[in-house]
Amino acid sequence: MPVSSAKTLLLSCRSFNRRQRTLMVVALTTVCLLALLCGGLLLGEEGLSTNLTNRNMPPSLSYPLGTDWLGRNMLARTVQGLSLSFAVGLAAASTSAFIALVLGLTAALGGKRLDAAITWLVDLFLAVPHLVLLILIAFIFGGGITGVITGVTLTHWPALTRLLRAEVLQLRSAEFVLVSRHLGRSRWWVATRHLLPHLKPQLLVGLILLFPHAILHEAAITFLGFGLSPHRPAIGVILSESMQYLSAGSWWLAFFPGLALLIMVRTFDVLGDNLRLLLDPHSAQE
Amino acid sequence: MLLFLLGRILRLLTLLVAVSVLSFLLLELSPIDPVRAYVGADMLKVGPEQWAKIAEYWGLDQPLPERFARWGMAILRGDFGVSMIFRRPVLAVIGERFLASLALMLTAWVFSGVFGFALGVLAGMKQGTWTDRLIKWYCLTLASTPLFWLALLMLLTFAVWLSWFPIGLGVPAGVPTYEVTLSDRLYHLLLPALTLSITGVAGVALHTRQKLVEVLQSDYVLFARARGESGLQVLLRHGLRNIALPVTTLQFASFSELFGGSILAEQVFSYPGLGQAAVQAGLRGDVPLLLGVVAFSALFVFAGNLAAELLYWLIDPRLRPKGDACEQR
Amino acid sequence: MKKEAVTTLLEVSDLSITFTQYISGLRQRTIRAIINLSVNINHGEVLAIVGASGSGKSLLAHAILGILPGNACVDGKMVYAGELLTPARQAALRGREIALIPQSVNFLDPLMRVGAQVRSGIFNGNSTALQREIFDRYHLAVGTEQLFPFQLSGGMARRVLVATAAVGSARLIIADEPTPGLHPMIVRETLAHLRELSATGSAVMLITHDISAALETADRIAVFYAGTTVETAPASDFCGDGELLRHPYSKALWQALPQNGFQPIDGSQPSIDNLPCGCLFAPRCSLASRDCLTTVPELRSLRGGETRCHHAA
Repeated sequence: MPVSSAKTLLLSCRSFNRRQRTLMVVALTTVCLLALLCGGLLLGEEGLSTNLTNRNMPPSLSYPLGTDWLGRNMLARTVQGLSLSFAVGLAAASTSAFIALVLGLTAALGGKRLDAAITWLVDLFLAVPHLVLLILIAFIFGGGITGVITGVTLTHWPALTRLLRAEVLQLRSAEFVLVSRHLGRSRWWVATRHLLPHLKPQLLVGLILLFPHAILHEAAITFLGFGLSPHRPAIGVILSESMQYLSAGSWWLAFFPGLALLIMVRTFDVLGDNLRLLLDPHSAQE
Repeated sequence: MLLFLLGRILRLLTLLVAVSVLSFLLLELSPIDPVRAYVGADMLKVGPEQWAKIAEYWGLDQPLPERFARWGMAILRGDFGVSMIFRRPVLAVIGERFLASLALMLTAWVFSGVFGFALGVLAGMKQGTWTDRLIKWYCLTLASTPLFWLALLMLLTFAVWLSWFPIGLGVPAGVPTYEVTLSDRLYHLLLPALTLSITGVAGVALHTRQKLVEVLQSDYVLFARARGESGLQVLLRHGLRNIALPVTTLQFASFSELFGGSILAEQVFSYPGLGQAAVQAGLRGDVPLLLGVVAFSALFVFAGNLAAELLYWLIDPRLRPKGDACEQR
Repeated sequence: MKKEAVTTLLEVSDLSITFTQYISGLRQRTIRAIINLSVNINHGEVLAIVGASGSGKSLLAHAILGILPGNACVDGKMVYAGELLTPARQAALRGREIALIPQSVNFLDPLMRVGAQVRSGIFNGNSTALQREIFDRYHLAVGTEQLFPFQLSGGMARRVLVATAAVGSARLIIADEPTPGLHPMIVRETLAHLRELSATGSAVMLITHDISAALETADRIAVFYAGTTVETAPASDFCGDGELLRHPYSKALWQALPQNGFQPIDGSQPSIDNLPCGCLFAPRCSLASRDCLTTVPELRSLRGGETRCHHAA
């Protein structure tokens, strides 16, 4: 059968290249998130200053997201809040990914007892509702922003640990790994030469997909009043402050910051899913 | 079966003990001074003598190992101590607050389960179509939505704009819970339950869809189609039968998120539940209450997981006859 | 055409099946699973389709039933009982006139009792009575209908699977690899059941990789290679040194059997994404000439059979 006819057949069967679309989505979401980060850095303290002549202004051209009861520009506060979320998310995601990698590898390669211990530790962290755990940790650290960041950073590894452990267990029985072991390679050698390269995609995708969880938890715990500090415009803080002004009709104080958070979280989700599709199409469900 | 149950319960005990002990030790290491937290605003009126008395009353003057032993013994007797905020036994506070939260969580659990299942089945049956894409998009967006923000939007919509509910609902106030009528309770329950249900739908729907898609790609569905069964017949005969169990199981295993969600919903709607108590305990340094809530929430999560596993044992015929056929994962 | 329809139940001509797949990095590729396949089956006969495992024989069954997955593209013509087999026609015939016997117990709903699963293939009459009757005929104890698929032994599972097809009044029964790695006794029993079914007038298409099983059961044998049939021959042609066979691959298959000297063929089937341009068997064929490497041989009739070989005579 000539190649050209096979091609027309293919085109009539199904639509075109998903790869290009996926690449585009990945690039686009990355640019959006970086732009947000730069925006937060560039804005700095500007716009956070109080301006009592412009208090409680609904959205307008000069203040796209309105102003609050101190006349602060809500756009600036929101962007600042989001970049704080980004920073906390980054800290949480990278720390958790690192912990998960170490624990996952140890559990899968370190023998039965270590495996049981780590599995138990994972269960222990999942035994208490996440938010309760965060409240506990925030309280232990004295209720400040340190407690919030520590809590969010240290509690997001269990799910990824499970995933990586399962992945390593599967890889461990793969032929090339068995051969290496038979050739007398050490566990460490096998782990760094064979396992790590195979885990990289999972780790990267897992890291990106940790952002949404971490960001939402950071917002939730600050919303509840932990780590409350007027100097740090966290989205949770902004929303919890807005509650007092909702009855007066200042809807924009709650609506836009929350929407911005939602969009940011969703962007991370989309980025993670598309990256997975690109790196490991078999695991993607479609 | 009995062995399995015993193993589970043993596991629960180790986890519960570990959670409690770790929490206790961590709280002891925290810089928060429980006496100061207890005294609160009256700080200036309290002299050093009274201060010491309070510390003695709570047993705070003892060294750490002593306090730990005292606390451990008390717990074993079922005495979780007295809540500093509520000035009542922790167990009594938890019991009362949990009933309120339970009403909230149960409503949300049932509603999100039913609607999520229906939505998931619809999406799974129409896999790849616009209906499917729309439902998937909706659920994924919902999963990214901060619950407390959704709660605020509900408050804005139903209390501020439509005035269906008093705005006072959003103002934190210590409502004496024992003086409220049933209709009052339902009235207060409605918005938080609705919020919690809406977000709960996402997980169930996505999971249902996923399971149904898997089932529809299975060999037995292929054979059913080869035998002339239509799409609807396949769904009714094989689809529902094979997804009902995993989906119900997941719904039971989601108690952890449900509890977390109820904390946020209760906070926004100042609903007097356990979640609100947990937040207050954390913010105001009520160590006994916080410890109690942590242990109790762990018990709650465990109950859900146990129910999920038991359900498999009771319903799935593949696990019934012999104990060793248990599926991994 | 009209005259043939009297004896021919199903005629498949120039059937091609193509799949679009995504491989690593989301690159698309097209897989040509079945290429220009032609085969026909008559009333009351057992036709065996023989070929190596994993060569896409099952897809032929799925194509006839119209249950290929969504990313499959079907080309060619199928005529059933003198009527063009359109998707609508297939939907009407599936399970009633055309029945499938699947290869394993995994094709039964794991959470449904087997009695109920057999009954769901009965469209008229007292389904419980008919199901009991068929269970009795296949020596399945009364309690069997209450069992779940995972509780069946290998032999019981096989009989239940045959029962799902036999319980209706199908005129074409497609048995897709019905004896995979089973005990010889069970294999013999299953094949006997298939012969019985053809004796009642049904056409039975036996898809298998097991030539001995095929020879034992079939009237005619179609040899399947790399997505197409290279030869169709009466089962009786498989004898002696294979000198009656028309295609070198059929001969090679026959000579590779233990009782015929165990002479294996060199090489392996071409991979589906790298098919030769000429005769698909040419790279492994001892008779291959220049013609064979450049032009695809047409299917032609020869001595009461059909073959795709430039050199056959």
